[in-house]
Amino acid sequence: MSDFSIALPELILSLYAMAALVFAVYTGKDALTDALTWATAGLMVALALWIGLGQSGTQTAFGGMFTNDAFARFAKVTILVSAAAVLVISRDFMARRGLGRFEYPILVALAVVGMMVMVSAGDLMALYMGLELQSLALYVVASIQRDNAKSTEAGLKYFVLGALSSGLLLYGASLVYGFAGTTLFSGILSTVSEGVPLGLLFGLVFMLSGLAFKVSAAPFHMWTPDVYEGSPTAVTAFFATAPKVAAMALIARLVQDAFGGISGQWGQVLAALSVASMFLGAIAAIGQTDIKRLMAYSSIAHMGFALMGLAAGGAEGVQAMLIYMVIYVTMNVGTFAFIMSMEKDGKPVTDIGSLNQFSKREPMKALGMLVLLFSLAGVPPMLGFFGKFYVLKAAVDGGMTWLALAGAIASVIGAFYYLRIVFYMYFGAEVDGAESRMVPVQWLALVAVSATMLLGIINFYGIEPAAIAAAKSLVG
Amino acid sequence: MSNLLSIIIFIPAVAALILALFLRGDDAAAARNARWLALFASVASLVVSLFLLKGFDPANTGFQFVEDRPWVLGLHYKMGVDGISILFVMLTTFLMPLTIGACWNVETRVKDYMIAFLLLETLMLGVFTALDLVLFYLFFEAGLIPMFLIIGIWGGKDRIYAAFKFFLYTFLGSVLMLVAMVAMYWAAKTTDIPTLMTFKFRHDPIAVLGMTVTGGLQTLLFLAFFASFAVKMPMWPVHTWLPDAHVQAPTAGSVVLAAILLKMGGYGFLRFSLPMFPEAAHLWTPLVFWLSAIAIVYTSLVALAQQDMKKLIAYSSVAHMGYVTIGIFTVTQQGLDGAIFQMLSHGFISGALFLCVGVIYDRMHTREISAYGGLVNRMPAYALVFMFFTLANVGLPGTSGFIGEFLVLMGIFQVNTVVAAVATSGVILSASYALWLYRRVAFGPLVKAALATIQDMSRRERAIFAPLVVMTLLLGVYPAVVTDITGASVGALITQFRANVPADATAVASN
Repeated sequence: MSDFSIALPELILSLYAMAALVFAVYTGKDALTDALTWATAGLMVALALWIGLGQSGTQTAFGGMFTNDAFARFAKVTILVSAAAVLVISRDFMARRGLGRFEYPILVALAVVGMMVMVSAGDLMALYMGLELQSLALYVVASIQRDNAKSTEAGLKYFVLGALSSGLLLYGASLVYGFAGTTLFSGILSTVSEGVPLGLLFGLVFMLSGLAFKVSAAPFHMWTPDVYEGSPTAVTAFFATAPKVAAMALIARLVQDAFGGISGQWGQVLAALSVASMFLGAIAAIGQTDIKRLMAYSSIAHMGFALMGLAAGGAEGVQAMLIYMVIYVTMNVGTFAFIMSMEKDGKPVTDIGSLNQFSKREPMKALGMLVLLFSLAGVPPMLGFFGKFYVLKAAVDGGMTWLALAGAIASVIGAFYYLRIVFYMYFGAEVDGAESRMVPVQWLALVAVSATMLLGIINFYGIEPAAIAAAKSLVG
Repeated sequence: MSNLLSIIIFIPAVAALILALFLRGDDAAAARNARWLALFASVASLVVSLFLLKGFDPANTGFQFVEDRPWVLGLHYKMGVDGISILFVMLTTFLMPLTIGACWNVETRVKDYMIAFLLLETLMLGVFTALDLVLFYLFFEAGLIPMFLIIGIWGGKDRIYAAFKFFLYTFLGSVLMLVAMVAMYWAAKTTDIPTLMTFKFRHDPIAVLGMTVTGGLQTLLFLAFFASFAVKMPMWPVHTWLPDAHVQAPTAGSVVLAAILLKMGGYGFLRFSLPMFPEAAHLWTPLVFWLSAIAIVYTSLVALAQQDMKKLIAYSSVAHMGYVTIGIFTVTQQGLDGAIFQMLSHGFISGALFLCVGVIYDRMHTREISAYGGLVNRMPAYALVFMFFTLANVGLPGTSGFIGEFLVLMGIFQVNTVVAAVATSGVILSASYALWLYRRVAFGPLVKAALATIQDMSRRERAIFAPLVVMTLLLGVYPAVVTDITGASVGALITQFRANVPADATAVASN
């Protein structure tokens, strides 16, 4: 019984998803979408509150396969809150594009269940189960606009490449199992502490490759721009937020819980992924004209920074990664609330050039975006700078000054394309550009997030102690 | 009052917030309200800062008016001023009301313009008072955002290029400094600037990528900070963003850029490079000397060839900043006093010169030197003011420009006569380009048809120039107002530097 009570939030959410699915199919179907969206978001927030405020300590369940510690709780709260926020801000977008299907909130709920399992995984099986539950739900929502060729293409590409990465991951997991004799992280940890067989290292590298695909770290990033561009913007917003947190937390859990003793081995791999992602994200984004593709490269670069924290190792590195991810997710919610609202003559536009002189048409929204873009670029005094500062500090503390230097240079290159959007909005030529039609909740998201980026520097809203506790529970 | 500094710093920010949130509309009334509120806020900041000056004890070499509150990540919100920084605070609060007065007849997006300047004032004041490494970086970097927008929105024809160049150049320098700051945090376990100033960073040689770095960690840190401050200063050869930024920026933007923002580089050398990395600073002194000497001669020659008045003054700024860096790195009482003096004096003089260009630009909408000539016939008051500041820029005795250059040259002659000789030639060159500029613009017959109806300065313009003339003269005839305040702090800085690097070692290395 106690096993179930430890995993109760996940159980509640999955039971809710199934019940809602059956209920909606047999009653109002798409007429229920609005109600379901609010209900799902409300349930997620309630669960987040419960997990964040009502739980404490470290419990394991199902023979060690499921761990509920401060780290898992930190990640779960981030995932739940960001998924709820994205659902709420995308409701109007989906409805107006004829995508107001009742399946969408339910699929998101199921994906979130998968993510929650991922961050709590204490075993390779649980890891894979959570990952696949999440991925399958995501493949479907990517192609939810099924009469649109690009959306279908996005779903298919995502699925094929995702399946490939799952294959890599599984192959790696089987190697690890073969050499360690167990799928439990604790068992793997005790094996590697007595010496690392070569096959186990191979397994580790394969697993990291599979997971790098999920966080879209270069050189496993190829799917990201296409999927981001092809999917409906609301879905893209979801891709850019919660799944990234889950996958990043999963990498942290894997390398710390299962391979904690050999940080020298995976530290280099993660550092290489980090450098490649930062530079690829920064350089490839320069030529983009579509804001969604640009955000795809931006997220690749941001994942590079988050990986830098992990590569640095130690509790401080994990803490830096967690704080970075929270800030990243917050920024993305605000940015996508804006991108969703961009339209011209009722049709969504994503061309950056259409933002010419946007600041004259909508000064308040332009100002909000200005703050967010500078924050994404990591310019102080916005919170985005503090995220970068944390990971740079972790890298230097971890003896990887070269990585910190590379990150610093990449952030300058990256600043250019964020500035370019500012340039269009404030200095551009007078043309008949895009409008921004926002429902109040989107406007609220944009303004609240940009205010957060400015005011957050006062005390980070207290997430710092939580992140420290989370990192301690993982690294010990 | 324990939070006097915070009050001074955040008055403009609060005014900017009020403007952003509560001022609606684009009509003339809204624009007028925005201007008056901005002026009021900057004057209020000036008035409060006078209390700061009154309560300041020049004999005390430590930091005064210190505020210290814990912040995130073990950082502190720590502010304070000493004999070096207080004058930069005063310079900023003194110049900002004049700057805002100078952009009185901007018509486009007045509210946003005022917000940008008010925020910029807050951030600049923050740079000069921050006593926590990360807090300093925060203010230092954030200042780029309003300046980027000022150039980009209200600038001239090629404003986009200039804005991007300005931003990316300075950003690159600064992020290297950020990495160095993280490394300092890691080495010293604190970001407290007063503590770091006495912390001894390792300077035994270390190997990086197979190369031995003399001066070790200190050299690396010094160079990273140098990258940032040299760009900001700007030193040759990383000065190229400045002429572009100056030419494209609106008049008020140029004034702030030349008068205050450039001083952040010099302030950074004084606050970080000398006290924190004395061995490395000593090691790299010859490089700084020669870069500065080249800057003085080369940019003066470049200034001679300019067709655009603002560009000419911009190059002259680079040359004058060369004296500042030379003065700082002599680490003598005269040199350092002279460098600080030169920075303040350049703040008044170059600010005034850009305002002079602004006056005729507002009337004729061109900055081409060839479009003018004979202005003295129609604009006697303007010609007088322009003459005064041209001569001050040349360093005429009796103006503040003379004291700064003279002190610096005295300092450098004691340390390195060759560099001193090269630097002195800059005085002659500056006379040639400045006086030639003046002759072409003001003297001669008034033949250009477009100039036939040009009006002399308005009452507002005279009111803006009057305080600048007073300050330039005051500093010129009674320099002790500055040196009395800086003296003790500079003395302490030198004592501390010499404790690590004995004086005779300097003489050997630089000859």
